[in-house]
Amino acid sequence: MGGPMKIRASIKDGVTEVKVLMQHEMETGLRKDDAGKLVPAWIITEVKALHKGRTILEGQFGTAVSKNPYLVFHFKGAAKGEKVTVIWVDNRGDTRSDEAEIS
Amino acid sequence: MNNLKMAALAFAILSLSVMAEEKSAEGKAADEIAKYREMIADGNPAEFDEMRGAEIWKTSAGPKQANLELCNLGKGPGVVKGVYAELPRYFPDTKRVQDLESRLLTCMSSLQGFTEKEIADKAIGNVNRKPAIEALVAYVVGQSKGMPMAVSTRHPKEKEAYEIGRRIFFYRAGPYDFSCATCHGQSNRRIRMQDLPNFTLKKETQLAYTTWPAYRVSQGLFRSFQWRINDCFRQQRFPEPQYASEATVDLTMFLAVNSNGANYDGPGLKR
Repeated sequence: MGGPMKIRASIKDGVTEVKVLMQHEMETGLRKDDAGKLVPAWIITEVKALHKGRTILEGQFGTAVSKNPYLVFHFKGAAKGEKVTVIWVDNRGDTRSDEAEIS
Repeated sequence: MNNLKMAALAFAILSLSVMAEEKSAEGKAADEIAKYREMIADGNPAEFDEMRGAEIWKTSAGPKQANLELCNLGKGPGVVKGVYAELPRYFPDTKRVQDLESRLLTCMSSLQGFTEKEIADKAIGNVNRKPAIEALVAYVVGQSKGMPMAVSTRHPKEKEAYEIGRRIFFYRAGPYDFSCATCHGQSNRRIRMQDLPNFTLKKETQLAYTTWPAYRVSQGLFRSFQWRINDCFRQQRFPEPQYASEATVDLTMFLAVNSNGANYDGPGLKR
């Protein structure tokens, strides 16, 4: 299982801003190691964000996304104290889910 | 005659507008960089290194199977809060001025039983290898965030370290006859897109020093201050300095003391 994400969520004027910092190598599959061999691709392929069971964001990541991806998005319809859950899945089948309380 | 005047005027207007455009383009680039910095301000991956370092700090390791909770970084055994804002400093037990990394070497050898050399030889990481000492640096410096830099020069050894550091800063050598001051002695200079701080000015020194150590986005790695100095020496075509050696500590001392008064703001986030 991957390392924990850092999630910050805050609400202002009815709009919730969610900032997610994910911990992932995001190997493109194009880099060579010291021995000259290609390092196999290892990337997050899917990201999903949930609020009270409702999918508020769904996306596909590829090799153009940097190491330790940082994602910011906004959505409406939440209240203080509620939770936002973020889930990612990578191409090795690994997955990680973390949640944060909206402040 | 009239035509000529008109042409001259038109030329003058044209060159003025070109100048204005050039200036705004440069200003725009700076604005865009500032905007980028603001956008990523809450997304500093150095936080992951801080978390890892906090774990390593309390985990037993080495031949003596001890953790670092008795390590004295200057404010007593185990105290981490605020220590970085007062480093480098003189330590009576080792009888020398030490920066954070030099002091961590001392702790890892005296408490955990590693030899300083085995840690120092592998202290600077890369994509494949992430040394424990780098994570420890991230953790310790993070505990001084927001605190004013207050590095002492009261002890004669501290004063001496500062003075040697100052001399190293202005010392020209190597195949290019470079000193640190060659690149860092004037304002508004840059290497490619990277602004070069002028370390003869207090304000610019404070801004630069308080945002190191930092996560380097282009390298995808957390970098310590020893790495920063090591890489400056490399760019000067100087011989590679020994990790945590006296020269590197003294140079750090020079920059740290000149940053006194500013709030420490690391770990930083660099391009």
